[in-house]
Amino acid sequence: MTKRTPILEAHGLGITVGTGGGVFSAGRKLDIVVDVSLSLRPGKIVCVVGESGSGKTTLGMALVGLTPPTTGEIIFDGTPLRDFSKTSFRPVREETALLFQDPASSFNPRQRIGDILAEPRRIAGNGATTSEAIASLAQLAGLPSSLLARFPHALSGGQARRAAVARALAVVPRLIVADEPTAGLDVSVQGGVMNLFLDIREKHDTAFLIITHNLAVARHISDELVIMYLGRVVESGPTAEIFRNPQHPYTKALLDSEPVPDPRHRRSEPPVIGEVPSIFARPSGCEFHERCRFAQDLCRSQAPQETAGANSQRVRCHFPIGEAVGEPALAIA
Amino acid sequence: MSTEQQQTRPVLEIDELSISYGGRPTVSNVNLTIQPGEIVGIIGESGSGKSTLAHSILGLLPSSAAVSGKALSLAGRNFLGADGPAFRSVRGPGAAMVFQNPMTTFSPLHRLGDQLTDLLWRETSLSKEEKRQRIVAVFKQVGLSNAAERLSNYPFELSGGMLQRVAIAAALMMRPSLLIADEPTTALDVTMEAQILHLIRELRAEAGVAVLMISHHLGVIAEICDRVVVMYAGRVVEQGPVEDIFANPTHPYTRALFACEPALIAPGVDRMPVIDHEALRRHADGRKTA
Ligand SMILES: Nc1ncnc2c1ncn2[C@@H]1O[C@H](COP(=O)(O)OP(=O)(O)O)[C@@H](O)[C@H]1O
Ligand SMILES: Nc1ncnc2c1ncn2[C@@H]1O[C@H](COP(=O)(O)OP(=O)(O)O)[C@@H](O)[C@H]1O
Ligand code: SF4
Ligand SMILES: [Mg+2]
Ligand SMILES: [Mg+2]
Repeated sequence: MTKRTPILEAHGLGITVGTGGGVFSAGRKLDIVVDVSLSLRPGKIVCVVGESGSGKTTLGMALVGLTPPTTGEIIFDGTPLRDFSKTSFRPVREETALLFQDPASSFNPRQRIGDILAEPRRIAGNGATTSEAIASLAQLAGLPSSLLARFPHALSGGQARRAAVARALAVVPRLIVADEPTAGLDVSVQGGVMNLFLDIREKHDTAFLIITHNLAVARHISDELVIMYLGRVVESGPTAEIFRNPQHPYTKALLDSEPVPDPRHRRSEPPVIGEVPSIFARPSGCEFHERCRFAQDLCRSQAPQETAGANSQRVRCHFPIGEAVGEPALAIA
Repeated sequence: MSTEQQQTRPVLEIDELSISYGGRPTVSNVNLTIQPGEIVGIIGESGSGKSTLAHSILGLLPSSAAVSGKALSLAGRNFLGADGPAFRSVRGPGAAMVFQNPMTTFSPLHRLGDQLTDLLWRETSLSKEEKRQRIVAVFKQVGLSNAAERLSNYPFELSGGMLQRVAIAAALMMRPSLLIADEPTTALDVTMEAQILHLIRELRAEAGVAVLMISHHLGVIAEICDRVVVMYAGRVVEQGPVEDIFANPTHPYTRALFACEPALIAPGVDRMPVIDHEALRRHADGRKTA
């Protein structure tokens, strides 16, 4: 099978920020994202999942240059960026639409929805801005044209989300980066947003990076899954495979945590306890070891490297789960 | 009154309750009874009136809300039409609430210990030290270790999951017979959600507290509820044991809600279903005229 050239690729991406420097302290370097590699191909949807604080938003911002990466390489359309300056990211930004969390908050409250949708075309000097053209743009996102004269505060959550999607599509992008696009939406509205993404992909062969904490959404919409923990990718691969047979204990714990809408399948215990440790105090060895029920001595002292696991998944674990679902691979002590 | 009678009397009885804002009906003709130790879920999409109903139980509605009906009783005392102070006397012993966003539950300016102590203002017989002991005890109950340190924390020093535990502790500290939880896990990660749901189930088993659990997530309802009430446009369209409703939803809205639940849809469909609100409205209108 030949794979098409990715629109955007990242290799060993790292994002470190300086923090807390004061008169009496030197400040510290904090690693927010560590050694992340991924590739976004035309017509493919990649979902990034993980608990909050795992670096998903920071990664999304870094890929488009909003938070400059510190190390690693970004390849756009087959050509590596020279550096991580604003100028180098310009071609990426021109071809990418960004959908932020809580899109309504990124709208100018004094601008009518119609003007908000027309603005990207005006700025790009590209695309029609007549009221008919804007109405058909809105329609693409399932937004009735009767809402175009309204101000942002007069839209419901679902409508605001659609308006944000319509704005993102004003200049048809080759890549859409969306941060929690379905958060806070009712399931029926959620389905509408997912359908919209699928339509766009079908029509324009757009690549997607979708950050979500909604595993059901990720399962339905994505081709590939990237699972992050404390800034690292702990498992990645085809979505269907990962759901069928998660290899990393964290992935399994995350998938098992989602409550099943069937009262006959209640859990007796939470699949994982505690929460993500602070990035100020990263655990030794495997950073998941304090919460991992399969942890061994090796895990506490040595950080696992990423390896190719079963079925084209990549896993960062000393003892991946293996084919026997629910059982850890036996550790040879 | 014997203890036996107290045990069998419902902790909550709502009889034909209606609430409107400026003449716009928001909750219509709702009946709901909760027995001691029962976990009852309310499910429905946003705007269906779940929070309005919950707030009415605690007398937390704004003055612009018009409330009418036959009864709104906590532990056998009817509070329908009661003014603020009468309602406040029920909060605590009768019912206590946990809100969706733990970050806005507490004042950012004061230490958690001081805020929880203040909530015990009605317990005039308790010394300061006794109040502290009660707080430390509920912290243990909700799985917050290192209570002394937590008490000196400001809210921003805790994660959302930890703060929601503190909020549950604050509610339990009032020793309520009914805990009302309005989307308590919606702002949390699934991993923390699973832990909080487990905690609520344990509290019911250990402390015998009844729970009214509001959620828009079918998975949450299935995980911990004994009974479920389905709300749509301010009305209860269906209620019953959770096993029955999940096995056999009968109202068109309930069916639509189940049809849209992504976790119940086999992967590989090329489009997700959405709810046809127009059709539901026609169905409702058809019933009214019938
Ligand atoms: N500029 C920054 N300075 C310090 N810490 C940051 C900065 N940006 C993000 N972080 C921290 O990095 C971690 C990852 O954040 P984020 O990317 O928002 O994660 P997610 O989107 O997965 O919740 C968090 O602990 C956050 O507090
Ligand atoms: N204080 C208020 N004044 C006017 N309308 C309100 C007020 N609070 C809620 N509403 C309206 O009542 C309806 C039900 O809201 P709510 O009870 O919050 O629903 P839910 O909790 O199910 O999302 C919504 O249409 C909402 O806009
Ligand atoms: S390396 Fe060890 S501690 Fe880490 S996830 Fe794998 S088994 Fe668990
Ligand atoms: Mg984020
Ligand atoms: Mg609500």
